[in-house]
Amino acid sequence: MVIDNIFLLIIISSLIAAASAYVGSFMVLKRMSLVGDALSHVALPGMAVAIMFGISPIIGAFIALSIAVIIIWHLEETSENYPETLVGIFFTLSLAIGILITKDSELLEALFGSIEKMTLTEGLTSAVLCVFIILTAKRFLKPLLVSIVSKELAITQGFNIKRINLIYLFLIALVVSLGVRFVGTLLMGALVIIPAASAKNLSRSFNSYCLISIVFGILSSLSGILIARSFNLEIGPIVVISSFIIYLFSYIVKLTR
Amino acid sequence: MEEKILSVKNLTIVRNDHKILDDLSFDVAKGDTLAVIGPNGAGKTTLLKAILGLIPYVGQVTWGKDVKIGYVPQRLYLENDIPFTTKEFLELKHRGINEIKKALKSVGLGGEEISQKETEKHILENKISNLSGGELQRVLIAWSLLGNPNVLLFDEPTSGIDISGEDTVYTLLSELNKKAGLTIILVSHEIDVVRHFTSQVLCLNKEKVCYGPPQEVITQKTIDKLFGGETDYYHHNHKF
Repeated sequence: MVIDNIFLLIIISSLIAAASAYVGSFMVLKRMSLVGDALSHVALPGMAVAIMFGISPIIGAFIALSIAVIIIWHLEETSENYPETLVGIFFTLSLAIGILITKDSELLEALFGSIEKMTLTEGLTSAVLCVFIILTAKRFLKPLLVSIVSKELAITQGFNIKRINLIYLFLIALVVSLGVRFVGTLLMGALVIIPAASAKNLSRSFNSYCLISIVFGILSSLSGILIARSFNLEIGPIVVISSFIIYLFSYIVKLTR
Repeated sequence: MEEKILSVKNLTIVRNDHKILDDLSFDVAKGDTLAVIGPNGAGKTTLLKAILGLIPYVGQVTWGKDVKIGYVPQRLYLENDIPFTTKEFLELKHRGINEIKKALKSVGLGGEEISQKETEKHILENKISNLSGGELQRVLIAWSLLGNPNVLLFDEPTSGIDISGEDTVYTLLSELNKKAGLTIILVSHEIDVVRHFTSQVLCLNKEKVCYGPPQEVITQKTIDKLFGGETDYYHHNHKF
């Protein structure tokens, strides 16, 4: 059963946007924005295989992303210079493979999202998982932040950095899997990064940064859905464009301060 | 016998087939101020990281009972526009505004010189990236003091601070050592400071070149051996 109630759709997409923006706030501070973007491409082959076997593409995306984050985690822990270029190359390659193995009829939806086709079960599961993501990220806020400021300080304070990093990467995998149904694999990076980048322009404290990021995320998804519906356009791209307009506004405010 | 707070035995660190520290042994007594000096690349920061357990090593590092370490890294990698106030930063170490204010006061931020309100506005509520080099260094020391440590470890306490600021940082460390009885281990490159301020000095150049009270072990001969004849190495006029 597909969700045809627009209010329910708005609530679910707002939750996805909020969770993405919150997880993205850490990502921008950790200077992982580009990794996050490349990572979202990995979802595509996972989705393609899931569709082949007739299961939810969200599950396929999550499995593919989980494999990718374990690779990223392993590289982060073992190599002295983090091979960002290599990660970019291989993750983009997986996008190419994904495009080849995805059925033509499904391709556009997988690339740019298809929240209108979300089933009620998918929608409700997504909503619950979004709340879980936000609460888990909040629970590990302290060690995450200390490790962003200084890895050494975090270790001397007794935090298990390896574990925290893995948990955080899994949160990213989860939020991206939910987001690809909403705005698609190509645009998911924007849902995670742009609200946080906009919030960074306006905030002085970390609390306000996270809050503004979440509000911007919700605002862009809300306006995106309403505009796309009114003018019969694709939701994913309009959400991203709305998000960019908010970014532009935040940048101008920053300049005039 | 003085109570030992740290004992290092046969510490060797090899990274990428390159020996960074070779068979290093020394003890630190409770209440000591130990300065580790040596030229660039001598392994000073590596030694600090090893005794903190941040990097793998061969040999033994034994800390005394009930040791609580406060660590001040050489620098923080803070982006210019990181949305983070000093208060939020210090709260990551310890929740409780009274302790935070007390720690700031003991590093000379919020004492009589600046009024309480000004401190709050200028330091606590300000973005941490807006602080000056000297202020950030003091905030970092305040961070290390939160949670009542009995040992402080410093990596180049005065990097990024102008010379007039350096004196006050060392005076501050000296006070912390005398008043609060803290054991202090610091990495430094300034021989004059070490002479005036510390009770023990470890000259390091991959291996131990000298160890003991600075008056005894810092001689022209050891300096030559340590720095390879560059004797005009960092001489500043410090007043204590």
